[in-house]
Amino acid sequence: MKFRYVFPILVITFGLIALTPVEAEGRQGQTEQTEQKHEATEGHNEENEKEEFSAREFIFDHIGDSHQWHIFTMPDGHHVNLYLPVILYSKSSGFHIFSSKKLSHGNTHENFMLAEEGEYAGEITELDAEGNIKEDLPLDVSITRNVASMMFVAVLLLFLFIGLARSYRKTGVSAPKGIQGFLEPIVLFVRDDIALPNIGEEKYGRFMPYLLTVFFFILFNNLLGLIPVIPGGSNVTGNIAVTFTLAFFSMVMINVNGSKAYWKDIFNTPGVPWWLKFPIPLMPVVELIGVIAKPFALMIRLFANITAGHIVVLSLVALIFIFDSLAVAPLSIFMVIFMDILELLVAFIQAYVFTLLTALFVGLAVQEHH
Amino acid sequence: MILASNLTTPDFGTIVWTTIIFLLLLALLRAFAWKPILQAIKAREESIKGSLESAEDAKREMERLKADNEAIMQEAREERDELLRDARDARDKMISEAKKQAREESDKLISKARTGIEREKKMAINDIRTQIASLSVEIAEKILNEKLKGSKEQNDLIEKLLDDMDLKEN
Repeated sequence: MKFRYVFPILVITFGLIALTPVEAEGRQGQTEQTEQKHEATEGHNEENEKEEFSAREFIFDHIGDSHQWHIFTMPDGHHVNLYLPVILYSKSSGFHIFSSKKLSHGNTHENFMLAEEGEYAGEITELDAEGNIKEDLPLDVSITRNVASMMFVAVLLLFLFIGLARSYRKTGVSAPKGIQGFLEPIVLFVRDDIALPNIGEEKYGRFMPYLLTVFFFILFNNLLGLIPVIPGGSNVTGNIAVTFTLAFFSMVMINVNGSKAYWKDIFNTPGVPWWLKFPIPLMPVVELIGVIAKPFALMIRLFANITAGHIVVLSLVALIFIFDSLAVAPLSIFMVIFMDILELLVAFIQAYVFTLLTALFVGLAVQEHH
Repeated sequence: MILASNLTTPDFGTIVWTTIIFLLLLALLRAFAWKPILQAIKAREESIKGSLESAEDAKREMERLKADNEAIMQEAREERDELLRDARDARDKMISEAKKQAREESDKLISKARTGIEREKKMAINDIRTQIASLSVEIAEKILNEKLKGSKEQNDLIEKLLDDMDLKEN
């Protein structure tokens, strides 16, 4: 069996990427912002009392992406971070792969530097011989926290569902057992409540792999985002690049499988006066905007819902530090738990809505006639 | 510092990695998970459907067999009843015949016995009669012998006999 090797290979790859750069880091440079932010998260901000707590930085640090993954802070203030690999392509010096540890605390490595403020804040910049930041940024294809999170989810999904597929070989046609009892109803939900009613009996089978993958990918990333510690804590489905890519795939699925009737509706919309189509093709333009608007709505909806949820939870946590009082903590924690439970629901709903709308649009596109 | 505008600007690296991860995940899950899972679920659903249908068939067959059985049972019951009736009739007939024969036999025997008894009785009566006659003669002899021993007695007797005779004649 070929796929027996797939899983170990993925685990080893991910493991190598993830585990090698783990190092305990001493406390140096109290003024560094990354330090401060982690301090704030962990509630060790007694020593930083003089410096003002910035809820804005605290929140954006967590919902944004990063080249390192904070694991925990030791009681003496040491941070243990997972330093993820930086992969850069520079037009002048080619490819560079190195650990993000080399860029921590404003260090410069191979003429690269993580800009902390100014125009390129948060981006890796290349320095020229005089030490000035070069105008064109190197192409950053690093394995960031979000990418590592996605890899983790991918491995988790492969592990769960290849395991599920294997378990059917044992149980055959008998009643579901073990993990089947947990995952099968969700798979059936995607099939019977999302794919079948929207795409129809004859054609739904072709789209099932995509719909199932997108559903579980979003769901698991959403759920993992709710866990505050590694391997969770990143804001994957609240990252516009991720939702953009997923929405782009949905757009491809919708349009590649469009039937003749679907394209006729776009370029020669029936039931519309001819002067709306010729000489100025007003209706085709409107319809083409629709083609883009559908996946655009998918992208924005998922991004906004998940990011908003994270912002609300983090704001409630930040209240403790803004008021700088333990008395606020019980109320804040109560609200955070409430929000987390709500976010649990949102995690399911958003995965459902994304998949449902993709299925609905696909269903409309594959229809032969009205 | 990460700015708010960064949130709404798709990062090229993330797009590249999302594409790679997602397509790889889709391909692997499609080949090794979704196809076998959906096939297994479908196979199970079909087997359940088939089982239900065959159960329905079996139920119908059972009902048919039950009806058949009922008919056979009914037939058997009727046959049994008939056999029983025949047997009862034969028995009754045999009994009545036997009774009749027995009665005739007994009647014959009784009448034979009766005639035998009658004959015996007659013979016995005749016998008794002759014996009584001889006995009475004997007794008379003996009495006479005894009575006529003394003259006085003889005279008395004669007297008495004579008296009786006189009375009878009157």
